[in-house]
Amino acid sequence: MSETALVVGQVFNGFSLASLFVLAALGLALSFGLMRVINMAHGEMLMLGGYLAYLTLHIVPGPLGIIVAMPVAFVGAGLVGAIIEIGVIHRLSSRPLDTLLATWGISLIAQQAARDLFGAIGVDVTAPLWLNNTLAITAGPLAGLSFPTIRIFIILIAVLVLAALGAFLARSRIGLLVRAVNQDRAMAAATGINARQVDLMVFCLGTGIAGLAGVMLALLGPVTPTVGQSYIVPAFLVVILGGLGSLVGTTIASLLTGLFSALVQIFVDVSFAQVLMLLFVIAFLQFRPQGVIAVRSRALDG
Amino acid sequence: MKLKTGHGAHLATALIATTMLSSAAFAADTVKVGVLQSLSGTMAISEVTVKNAEVMAIDEINAAGGVMGKKIETVVEDGASDPAIFAQKATKLVQDNGVVTVFGGWTSASRKAMLPVFQRLKSLLWYPVQFEGNECSPNIMYSGAQPNQQILPALQWAEEKGYKSYFLIGSDYVFPRTANLILKKHIEHDKLKVAGEEYVPLGGTDFSAVIAKIQASKPSIIFNTLNGDSNVSFFKQMAASSNKLPVMSFSIGEQEAQAMGTSLVEGSYAAWNYFESLDSAANKKFVAAYQAKFGAGAAVTDPMVHGYVDVYIWKAAVEKAKSFDIDKVRKAAVGLVLADSPMGSIKFADNQSLYQTGYIGQLDPKGQFKIIWQSKGEIAPQPYDPLVFPGKSCKLSS
Repeated sequence: MSETALVVGQVFNGFSLASLFVLAALGLALSFGLMRVINMAHGEMLMLGGYLAYLTLHIVPGPLGIIVAMPVAFVGAGLVGAIIEIGVIHRLSSRPLDTLLATWGISLIAQQAARDLFGAIGVDVTAPLWLNNTLAITAGPLAGLSFPTIRIFIILIAVLVLAALGAFLARSRIGLLVRAVNQDRAMAAATGINARQVDLMVFCLGTGIAGLAGVMLALLGPVTPTVGQSYIVPAFLVVILGGLGSLVGTTIASLLTGLFSALVQIFVDVSFAQVLMLLFVIAFLQFRPQGVIAVRSRALDG
Repeated sequence: MKLKTGHGAHLATALIATTMLSSAAFAADTVKVGVLQSLSGTMAISEVTVKNAEVMAIDEINAAGGVMGKKIETVVEDGASDPAIFAQKATKLVQDNGVVTVFGGWTSASRKAMLPVFQRLKSLLWYPVQFEGNECSPNIMYSGAQPNQQILPALQWAEEKGYKSYFLIGSDYVFPRTANLILKKHIEHDKLKVAGEEYVPLGGTDFSAVIAKIQASKPSIIFNTLNGDSNVSFFKQMAASSNKLPVMSFSIGEQEAQAMGTSLVEGSYAAWNYFESLDSAANKKFVAAYQAKFGAGAAVTDPMVHGYVDVYIWKAAVEKAKSFDIDKVRKAAVGLVLADSPMGSIKFADNQSLYQTGYIGQLDPKGQFKIIWQSKGEIAPQPYDPLVFPGKSCKLSS
């Protein structure tokens, strides 16, 4: 395999990583952007998606199980999100530090619940055969390179989710309300928008996307009670780098970190690549503390 | 009311008095041992079953009359997957509970944390898990494999099979780093090639770049010292990239394989000193007894069996020494042969590690290993690899 092939392969892996990052981080960005809620239980929504995929694959075995699992996880995690929002977050709405602690508590409860229900050892979610393929390049300068179908599939899902979310926020009536509340909550409320319902909607949407992301992550990684913990740090990193709460920023930040991490791994191992990525983020924030995209929102004013 | 309370109080005093009396009487006929494993946290998956096996051995010994006529009283503590808590609980077991010895530990970090405690308090730890060697203390009985009893036999098997180029991948901590250091020295010494060496943080989930490097360097076999959930990510992503290279794993036993989903790891290799599928009467009896207690499908693994035999060797050593004194016990344990253990005939060498046979197994669809190779007889334990740590040796009991 040639040097160019290795680099091209790593660029592809960078996009693949970025698609995982963006799926894991979108929900966080949404709820922080609108409600300034730092949802520490976000990782457990990813975990929930994985377990819902496991259950769905039991009920719907066969090649299309995974297609069914995606809406199931989206709706299931969205509903759990609704319970969390109504039961806890809404009641602590003007106390950001308390929400942080409360959602951390929820994350611990969710982990223990998964442990009690499914056992401490993980459950088995395997990709269907039609996804366990590769597109291999056999001739030309890129010969020897192969792209796993699963990774292509996840990149496509990430693009679709981003496009759908973008269209929803930019074109739909509810999207208009979300943008209004996001820009100026008090003024939006004064014009008769029910900001409370908008909050609930956006939070559910965020956790729903996390559930969907959990299905994707289950195709490439373990499904265990603590799996959310391994994705929550990169998710926060991407949200902060992107400019708190900006969807475009979150997407660009995912691409930056994904590509950076994949490309430095040509030279160093995974452990050291992580160190370099954190250094990169620190350096970036030194020069651009507001993140990739500066969000102009009254919601973020003091 | 008043009368009633008075009566209750009398009853309570009487009850306390009888309990104290009986426990005092009981104490004369019992001896306390500690069992210290992670019952919570990330290591609980593996360690709870080792605790089960250790407690089962103690129960069996008690049912057969105990040790030197005394019943064994077990004090179980939770190390909580945290080395600091292991050290703290070890201190508690020896100082507060007055146990005569402790069975436990899994990660090298937990062992390293407990070592100074056992040295300071002059007590003895029975450690059941394969490890990286490079350590030698009179206060630890190292029953898990030394590198030359697990890792090097695997290399010997791979060389006999004609594999020429090796890719080393591991989690980023002391065991994989030391294991790979030893492997590299031996691979180079045998004039073969190390195609690559990669480390992923514990719990790491992204293997895209690692797999790209594996594909670019075209090794003939992968030696895998990843630990925990990272294995699931690694095997899933290997399958996704249609990679058919043989993988030899050092931290995947029956339990881990069955938890990961056997379709994922079927056909891959593992090196241990015990497999559940080992064909002997003693092993079948042990597996049946364990599954009768913990469920028909319960997997039995190498560290569990080491924990189990440790208890039996301790008992035999106590009876040989006619004392619970740890200096006498550890000296009596050396050279003592346990002929019909589930893993065959075993004995401790002078350096307080076990002589044991190395096995290579290949995973079948049921999550059991088919034994495809075994070392020629038992291998003498070697805490310090002569190529990596020349001139160092471990002389303890003589």
